[in-house]
Amino acid sequence: MIHIKLVDNIVLDEAYSYLQDPEAGGMDLFIGSVRNHALGKDVVKLEFEAYEPMAISEMKKLAQQAIEKWPLKKVLIIHALGEKQVGEPVVVIGTSSAHRQDAFESCRFLIDELKMTVPIWKKEYFTDQTVWVNAHP
Amino acid sequence: MLMFSFIIRLKKITEGMKIQLFGISKDIVGQRELALPNDPSLQTVMDLKKWILHQYPRMGNLSSIGIAVDLEYAEDDQPIGQAKEIALIPPVSGG
Repeated sequence: MIHIKLVDNIVLDEAYSYLQDPEAGGMDLFIGSVRNHALGKDVVKLEFEAYEPMAISEMKKLAQQAIEKWPLKKVLIIHALGEKQVGEPVVVIGTSSAHRQDAFESCRFLIDELKMTVPIWKKEYFTDQTVWVNAHP
Repeated sequence: MLMFSFIIRLKKITEGMKIQLFGISKDIVGQRELALPNDPSLQTVMDLKKWILHQYPRMGNLSSIGIAVDLEYAEDDQPIGQAKEIALIPPVSGG
């Protein structure tokens, strides 16, 4: 019931197929994608890198916490690595449950926690410089 | 025999140990790994953080520096002697 992966390219159909469950009446899918601006400047692309074995382990812990907190049928976390262009998906979080409320809440919990604890780093490429996001206060 | 194994253990603490680097910490050091010196004073995660900050003062400008020991976030007082794998974790920014 847990599906965790780091991939080069996210395939959204795969997420939907995995989350389907005859007992699930609600499926939540959060898709994080590359935005074309940050800090008031144009973003050309993003680059992601991960401490892969630890990132997988931390994502599994989050999925486990979600399962303990909400009655979920399926949990899916897929994060992309490498260079991503504007508009491309970089992370997909999916939850399915009997009722939508649990799917909504757990999905939000997972993306919020992922951003705080999972060892993945994002570099923003602007036209004039590159910045590792969150690195400095 | 006891004394002998103690010496071996002390020596083992940092000998050959490399810290894996990611994100901005990799850029600051200029390589993917950082070899630790064979220094018996490097006993805990805090000792390691102080050593890194001393070697690379620019690390002090980061919002935070975490250390992962064997794929788990480690507390400052955690010993590093038995670690199989150590990584420096600069502020994360996935998603």
